[in-house]
Amino acid sequence: MKKLPLAAVLFSVPLLLPAAQSVTIKGSDTMVILNQRWAENYMASRKDAVIQVTGGGSGTGISALLSGSTDICASSRPMSEKEKAALQAKTGVPPVEIPVAKDGVAIFLNTQNPVKELTLAQIKDIYTGKITDWKDVGGTAGRIILYSRENNSGTYVFFKEHVLNKQDFSPMASNLPGTAGVANAVSKDPKGIGYGGAAYAKGIKYCAVQADDKSPAYLPDEKHILAGTYAASRDLYFYLRGPAQGEVKSFIDWVLSRAGQSVVVSVGYFPLKKAASKIK
Amino acid sequence: MNRSWSERIIEGVIRLSAGLAIASLILIFIFIGKEAVPLFTSAEARAEAGMSKLFLGNRESPDGKRVQVWQPVSEVPKYSLWPLIVGTLKATLVALLFAFPLAIAAAIFTSEFAPPGLREVVKPVIELLAGIPSVVLGFFALIVTATYFQDLFHLDYRLNTWNAGFALGLAVIPIVYTVAEDALTAVPQSFRAGSIALGATPWQTARRVVFPAAFPGIFAAGILGFGRAIGETMIVLMASGNAAILSWNPGYSFRSLSATVAAELGEVVNGSPHYHVLFFIGVLLFAFTFLLNLAGQLWVGRLRRKLTGARS
Repeated sequence: MKKLPLAAVLFSVPLLLPAAQSVTIKGSDTMVILNQRWAENYMASRKDAVIQVTGGGSGTGISALLSGSTDICASSRPMSEKEKAALQAKTGVPPVEIPVAKDGVAIFLNTQNPVKELTLAQIKDIYTGKITDWKDVGGTAGRIILYSRENNSGTYVFFKEHVLNKQDFSPMASNLPGTAGVANAVSKDPKGIGYGGAAYAKGIKYCAVQADDKSPAYLPDEKHILAGTYAASRDLYFYLRGPAQGEVKSFIDWVLSRAGQSVVVSVGYFPLKKAASKIK
Repeated sequence: MNRSWSERIIEGVIRLSAGLAIASLILIFIFIGKEAVPLFTSAEARAEAGMSKLFLGNRESPDGKRVQVWQPVSEVPKYSLWPLIVGTLKATLVALLFAFPLAIAAAIFTSEFAPPGLREVVKPVIELLAGIPSVVLGFFALIVTATYFQDLFHLDYRLNTWNAGFALGLAVIPIVYTVAEDALTAVPQSFRAGSIALGATPWQTARRVVFPAAFPGIFAAGILGFGRAIGETMIVLMASGNAAILSWNPGYSFRSLSATVAAELGEVVNGSPHYHVLFFIGVLLFAFTFLLNLAGQLWVGRLRRKLTGARS
């Protein structure tokens, strides 16, 4: 009798596989962990579903969608008009864009720093090494000490792509492991600046960010990230070749449900709607 | 009969374990080296991170000048090793500058001047320093001494080379001290007796007779300490700031070779040029510390032969 379960598994696997509805998600490396958590939680609630997640980058995901080798393309940037046109030319229907979560990066300053707000352009110049003194951005004179994440972090890549426009970080930037490390360093350094996800540490404050020098500055709080008015934030998307059907549809419905959106919070991103949020 | 059998078995086991140690050393080198080989053989890896890019830098700026930058995650990845090599050497020099005088002075004190009772206390205590996990030293440097050094030298950068070098020095002291102390005590008592009999004071004896006689051993201690400092990872990962700056200024942060491997290998795309470069750094570090240790051991051997009078 003890051998039976093993035998049953061995024999049933080939029989079950074709019956299971396999959904593939390919694309953004930023979203890989999020996608995996979604897949794990979804598969735990539906025994017959199989969700396969691979990364490779948003661009890779979009070309996979174009070639039809993935069901869902995960992308941390909106598709360009050219890409949308290419997809429509191939399938005959416009691709479907579904925002699934929001991602934002907070800028940390020491509480002793008189600077309260910076424009996106100023932050970029600070981190690429063009602005090196606080007096150039309205602070007290003194060298700006840059704190950054290690280059294996998704936040590093987001910051580089979204804030630095893909330019290289200044070599003077110290790389610390983890947002907590950055927050701790800034809390001990009155001339420091850092960035990261939501982090709570004594001695640091969030810097309000202006999209440009004419627009108002917003703090990275839930309200402004969800409304899209906080400049250092972005939507994360799923793209489909056409309207969702079958297993893909039920997966995406679940992702957008309260259960799916609470996974977003647990991974460290922001949910689409305030209702699903549990963070304060 | 029984006894000789058991002896033979024990001898075999000992021989086997010695052989295993050597074999694993060679295998480690082969396996690390294997992952670095594509930098020479694969066209893709060579185009992105060939030896010329690693050691001469990328041709980036419009005027065709080569830039020495470590930016492996970038539109155009840049893998110049010089910022890392300079950073590693800079920190090692600071560490040795701090550790050598202290360790060698302590070794001379315990071997020449300390009363026997005191020596029995001081030696084990200094050697206990070697038992402090480097992550603890790193954390201590990151949280406590960083602020202290910043205030002391009025530095802009809190995580600077003085700070990490100091913590590295704490890790190096016990090694230098132990080997140097052994070298000093290995100097035959007759040397000291002869010197004192000729009217030299204990200090003159220590400085002009014992120290020169033990010098090869002390030199070896230095080399071993150097090897330890260059390979140390956790302390520099935590306390250095990890900024790949090409500058010898000890007031700046730095990024060491070992910390680069530790920080980046965890998430690097398997089989990418970046991955192979990290293994190449591993080969460099391995070769470096291996050669240094080998040289150190040879010096110790020479000293031993010299002092036991096999050849002078």
